[in-house]
Amino acid sequence: MTRRPLFLISCLCFGFAFFYIPILSMIFFSFNKSRLATVWGGFSLQWYGKLFDNDQIMNAALLSLQIALVSATFATILGTLCGLALARFTQFRGRTLFSGLVTAPLIMPEVITGISALLFFIFLAELTGWPGKRGFTTITIAHITFSMTYVAVIVQSRLSSMDKSIEEAAMDLGSRPWQVLRDITLPVISPAIVSGWLLAFTISLDDVVITSFTTGPGATTLPILVWSKVKLGVTPDINALATIIIVVVGIGVAISGYLMHRADKIRERDIQMAIAANT
Amino acid sequence: MRDWFNRRGWRDLIIATPYAWLIVFFLIPFLIVVVMSLAIMKSASPPFGFHEAFPWIDLGNFARLFQDTLYIRAFVSSLINALIATLLCLLIGYPMALGITRVSKSWRNILLMLVILPFWTSFLLRVYAWIGMMGSNSWFNKLLTSIYNFAVPSEWALKSIPMMNTSFAVVLVMVYSYLPFMILPLYANLEKLDTTLNEAAMDLGSRPWQVFRDITLPLSIPGIIAGGLLVFIPATGELIIPSLVGSSANPMIGRVIADEFNSARDWPMASAVAVALLFLMVLPMVFYNHYEAKAQNAGGKP
Amino acid sequence: MAATDTGAAAAPFVRIEGVTKTFGTFRAVDDVSLDIAKGELFSLLGGSGCGKTTLLRMLAGFEQPTLGRIFIDGQDMTSLPPYERPVNMMFQSYALFPHMSVEQNVGYGLKHEDLTPAQRSARVKEMLELVKLSELAGRKPHQLSGGQRQRVALARALSKQPKLLLLDEPLGALDKKLREHTQFELMNIQDRTGITFIVVTHDQEEAMTLSSRIAVMDRGVIRQVGTPNEIYEFPSNRFVADFIGSINQFEGEVIRTGGGMTDVSCPVLSGTVKAATDATPERGSKVTVAVRPEKITITRKAPSGGVNVVRGTVRDLGYFGKDSLYRVKLESGHLVLVNSVNTRRSDEGGRVAQWEDEVWLSFEPSSAILLTD
Repeated sequence: MTRRPLFLISCLCFGFAFFYIPILSMIFFSFNKSRLATVWGGFSLQWYGKLFDNDQIMNAALLSLQIALVSATFATILGTLCGLALARFTQFRGRTLFSGLVTAPLIMPEVITGISALLFFIFLAELTGWPGKRGFTTITIAHITFSMTYVAVIVQSRLSSMDKSIEEAAMDLGSRPWQVLRDITLPVISPAIVSGWLLAFTISLDDVVITSFTTGPGATTLPILVWSKVKLGVTPDINALATIIIVVVGIGVAISGYLMHRADKIRERDIQMAIAANT
Repeated sequence: MRDWFNRRGWRDLIIATPYAWLIVFFLIPFLIVVVMSLAIMKSASPPFGFHEAFPWIDLGNFARLFQDTLYIRAFVSSLINALIATLLCLLIGYPMALGITRVSKSWRNILLMLVILPFWTSFLLRVYAWIGMMGSNSWFNKLLTSIYNFAVPSEWALKSIPMMNTSFAVVLVMVYSYLPFMILPLYANLEKLDTTLNEAAMDLGSRPWQVFRDITLPLSIPGIIAGGLLVFIPATGELIIPSLVGSSANPMIGRVIADEFNSARDWPMASAVAVALLFLMVLPMVFYNHYEAKAQNAGGKP
Repeated sequence: MAATDTGAAAAPFVRIEGVTKTFGTFRAVDDVSLDIAKGELFSLLGGSGCGKTTLLRMLAGFEQPTLGRIFIDGQDMTSLPPYERPVNMMFQSYALFPHMSVEQNVGYGLKHEDLTPAQRSARVKEMLELVKLSELAGRKPHQLSGGQRQRVALARALSKQPKLLLLDEPLGALDKKLREHTQFELMNIQDRTGITFIVVTHDQEEAMTLSSRIAVMDRGVIRQVGTPNEIYEFPSNRFVADFIGSINQFEGEVIRTGGGMTDVSCPVLSGTVKAATDATPERGSKVTVAVRPEKITITRKAPSGGVNVVRGTVRDLGYFGKDSLYRVKLESGHLVLVNSVNTRRSDEGGRVAQWEDEVWLSFEPSSAILLTD
């Protein structure tokens, strides 16, 4: 089509303005000298300085990162196993219940997931004495349960789009099924596993609701801290924190985008070379 | 041992490990909530109990769902807010998704990245950004107020537009937060459509908007449904947005559950509302599964 | 149907015994028995969904037969998993491991054999030389062209020196020119290694040039087994006659038999046809007389005193340079295909006849095939 779709372009402009104006406004006011976060009072970096001096925020950030690392790793292992079981083993006892359990956390409102996890831990403590104190472990377990299903969905969809004949080829060449899994299936789906890990990591890092139910005294994650501060109103140090997070994420996304773009370019060149070599 | 592993052990391990985890940490907690919804509140620790005589259980909580208008109002306002947010997401997201499929390949990747980028930043901070924008002192509110005052007769003039703590704020922030969930599945669907179909329709005499109505729109229905569910389902049970920007006089159902549980410490009632909400959520899923099964039957094997 | 020809010796190398495979209610393979000798290049030919690929997958061990047994080199393979069979397969999609180099792909199967690293790399080198890919050993599959990938797949399948190599549409993904070249290379490699090949294909030309014997399959059943020549010149039923090349079929009734000759009364030919046959079909039985287009002679004048002569008018003709194809309408209204070589050079393309010309068609009794089903 040669005509520029003007209507669509203006919709895109409007949509991206909608996406980014609040974020840019938030970043702008992080450099505000004034205590009032929404009235401009001159340029200043004081809120960034305060942020790094604030032990409470730094500790919360550290705890969030620790929980996210541990829970994303376990969620990736369990979620990959789920995806394998659902995509490769079409018949086993209790498969219907299993696939139901994998999808249910995806549509379950977080409040309900949070309450049920809390009730579970309370009763478990009554019965066995563990967990005596809710905190790192209980939050991590709840996060694993919640995010493993996202990993499972990603892995399962990658597996079902994968050419099954390469697994058959490996078996044909003498590999037992579990060796096929180790040598062929897992390496081939490894990009999906990595993106599953990243998703689980961000879900954990970002979660407020489930964490608020499964946390205990002394275990304050960054979102919980922000949540309690935001409830009291807008403060410039949150703007500064938001700016730092956005810059870090933005740089990460830009780098990964560049790397992907370069990999694409190399691949394209390889294919060109292969075609040229053939003629 | 090695023989067992080779034969079927590896397979059993793959299935049993996540299965056991989900049963212990998801199914059992959920069943506790279901059982709890049939209990009564008691001033004990933990604050609940059952009747001492048969049939032990109590359906009073579910009866209260229909008697107390708080719950019905909360359910209705949750559904309406979620529905409006979903429709607005579709209205804004569809042209954006379509627009992204019509730009050059390198622009496409950049725009997709820009759609995903807010999603990778914190959800809470996206809500926070709008709190900053909507406050009565903010530049955005002042801008809207002056546009409003310019447009209406002077006796209607306002000092600032009340945006915070309204359902409008809830819908606006939900649209903002969930828009990527609408755009991405729609884009995935629209991108796969064969553009030669459009050319064929134009070749047969259709004008661009007729092409859209007759070809693109019907073929993108699966994407619309997927995106719609991805927005509607979390929006219905949303807790953070109504707690931060919604009105406390007209709460959404997620907030009712949390308040019953935390403030009122009425665990059985909170559980009953939760079970009822789940029932409500299962309906669109059943509809979707039915639709998908039908679509697969129609477009399945020749 | 049992093979009755020279290919299958007393002790067959591959023996398929009454194999049936059902998927739900669908019979993909229906009571197939087949013997294949050592060193053969055997083709399973048929349209899509005829069961040829299912049969191949049962030989490889990816599917279990519902009924029947499979023997390879005298050993019962029926319930053996693929990784314990001395059989390797070249997949239609080639199924190269995308995360491994050419060298690693070819060497993968050798990891499961008792070989020293030196022996293994020597074998990989030998295989890559066999398919002329030595200089691309370090490349990944996506850096290869279609023809190169096909050769990697072949080298990988041959690396374990299987007793039997299965090839699923080996040339299907290649363009026409490359296909012809690769065809001969495949035959060459088969000749050098002496491995028994079973090829699945839907392309009859490919099957004809490649194979020592062909089994024609249809709806899960083998319709005929034979050498390419037998399949083409002596089809045993109407399906095979129609499936391979093109053929004219005339329905009729047997009126006389004897002396190696059968007379058939064919209403569409307005007369009696003489066909040379060994069999003596019963008088009065319904048969079909089939004649290949190139076995029919087309002339402007009536041939003198021949048998099997019929008159018609040219309705259509196609000029292909070296030959021409005529569609001749008989007096009964039946259309007959005739293929005739353009022996003379002329402005009219050396054609015997033009549109609407009246012509005479004739064929030898030995060219007529008598089909009873």
